[in-house]
Amino acid sequence: MALDRWIALILAGICLAYGYTAWFTMDANLAPFMQRNPIWPSTFPKILSILGLISAFIILFSFEKSDEVIGDIDYRRLHEYKLGQALMLLGLMVIYALSLRPIGFISSTMGFLILGSFLLGERKWPVMVLVAFIAAFTIWYLVSEVLGIYMRPWPAFISNMLGG
Amino acid sequence: MLEGLLIGLQTALSFQNILLVIGGCLIGTFIGMLPGLGPMSIISIMIPVAISMGDPSGALILLAGVYYGAIFGGSTSSILLNAPGVAGTVASAFDGYPMAKQGKAGKALTIAAVSSFAGGTIGALLLMIFAPALSSVALLFHSSEYFALMVVGLCAIAAFTGTGQVAKALLMTVFGLIMATVGEGTLFSLPRFTMGIMDLQTGFGFITLAMAMFALPEALLLVLKPKEMTDGGGEIKDLRITKKEAKAIAPVIGRQSLQGFFIGVLPGAGATVASFLGYAVERNIATKEEQDDFGKGSIKGLAAPETANNAACTGSFVPLLTLGIPGSGTTAILLGALLALNVTPGPRLMIDEPQVFWAVIMSMFIGNLVLLVLNLPLIPYIAKVLSVPRNYLIPFILFFTLMGAYIGQNNATELLMLVGFGVCATALRFANYPLAPLLIGFILGGMLEDNFARSMQLYDGVAFIWERPMTLGLLVIAVCLILLPTYRNKRAKNKKTDGPDNI
Repeated sequence: MALDRWIALILAGICLAYGYTAWFTMDANLAPFMQRNPIWPSTFPKILSILGLISAFIILFSFEKSDEVIGDIDYRRLHEYKLGQALMLLGLMVIYALSLRPIGFISSTMGFLILGSFLLGERKWPVMVLVAFIAAFTIWYLVSEVLGIYMRPWPAFISNMLGG
Repeated sequence: MLEGLLIGLQTALSFQNILLVIGGCLIGTFIGMLPGLGPMSIISIMIPVAISMGDPSGALILLAGVYYGAIFGGSTSSILLNAPGVAGTVASAFDGYPMAKQGKAGKALTIAAVSSFAGGTIGALLLMIFAPALSSVALLFHSSEYFALMVVGLCAIAAFTGTGQVAKALLMTVFGLIMATVGEGTLFSLPRFTMGIMDLQTGFGFITLAMAMFALPEALLLVLKPKEMTDGGGEIKDLRITKKEAKAIAPVIGRQSLQGFFIGVLPGAGATVASFLGYAVERNIATKEEQDDFGKGSIKGLAAPETANNAACTGSFVPLLTLGIPGSGTTAILLGALLALNVTPGPRLMIDEPQVFWAVIMSMFIGNLVLLVLNLPLIPYIAKVLSVPRNYLIPFILFFTLMGAYIGQNNATELLMLVGFGVCATALRFANYPLAPLLIGFILGGMLEDNFARSMQLYDGVAFIWERPMTLGLLVIAVCLILLPTYRNKRAKNKKTDGPDNI
């Protein structure tokens, strides 16, 4: 089974779960005055779940035959591409998201930019550190000072040391 | 109209707004040149900046400048490197790159700049004429017609973007609508489908979704499959075009501005279709000798897609500003930004907030002028951006994607969702599912349900579908839009398989 049909199967599963909620569980605690309304919060989702299921099944059972088009990347030969790098960068993004609050914006952004170029094969450390620092500091300055959205720049203990 | 023009001029010519146009065009040009970053990614990256400005006309002026800049920047990399940064400029590479290889890069860029300018300006003139007319018709619409019109728009987008695979595009549209129902609904403000997660109470963030659908997969594809970046051919000189060449491309520009604009107005078509169609039409009506030149560095072949894609960009603002229905992924993102700024585009926009409407149109003229004046002398320097090493470029693209989602919400959970959706979107791209319908469905979902609920309440049921002939007509059109391409595909397939048997 080709990837697009697997995806259709997964999406059909999501539609089923969504539809089950809309048809059977959602209306349970609807207040009586709401029930007199011609439209309930579940009406629109009910329609959507049916439409979604129909179109997912059309793809799943290939009612609409189409020629196989290979886009920018052929997923069957995914291992021939730089999959490792891509996965590591995704992991790095997750770590960045989790570290933003505890270690502060400037430190985590510098870490992200330096490690990001390191993963892609860059080894010129002084340039990497300099570029990362300038970028992180400029963005922090723009967002925090110019736009006025507070972001903690350093880890808590350093901020305390710097006096605020 | 004259009054409106003056209001627009007054707003657009304020010092701050002129700076915004110039800044937007420059940013758009720079980022648009980078292969893999299209106008959709750039605009979604710029949205947090635009929203935090708080002034809707300023924000829209900035984003429109970025949009034009991105299309122009995309043609620069198409011409110099044969690496289009934007789908809409792929056709420009057909003749632009051969010209650059013949050492006429400067001339090619000048032609691109001049035809973009002409296409954009004529497009803006047409917008000025057609938008008010369309919006006065749209004022007669009822909420049930709005509902039907949005259904037509969504169906048209599904039918046009999913080339030959309408079911996929339809499934993506429905999923966009499904995602829009997560969070507190407008009806009674009851939380729906949140699975008890507090962060989902307000629904999915639209910027997060836009980033995850477009910017992140593009960046991941750049990592997975490094594009060969060939040298741009060194020096760029000889920017002038001769009188004879100008005479040759003038009719092309005239025709393609009109054609491009009207293609841009259609939902789902947009700059990409306009540029390919423009190229094809000009090639077919050219004389025999000129036809042989196409693909080998014909100036007509470069001017046609360049004019058409800029005119189409302008045309795609018509449904956005008059009906509040975006025709393309890019205008859908613009619509999201406008809603975040508390401006609801639609027929009442011209009455309630004329300064926004007219300022945008005036800034289109200014933006086109800025692109012409600033970019022509800057071309040789702008092309230097292309030499930023990939090892630095990709982490920065990823970082800006993350920042865009973070600044809007100030919530790290949003970043995890971004990565999750980004991975899903990449998988969908591998399987050739179009992603623009998903985002358009997501953005229109709320409005679609609102109008549906309002008409249900007014008519106490679904009676509005047959009691209002206009609604019924529009819904019939929507069904035809979905069924027609499927039927035609099937007939074409049958003919193909029957063919050999008959012989």
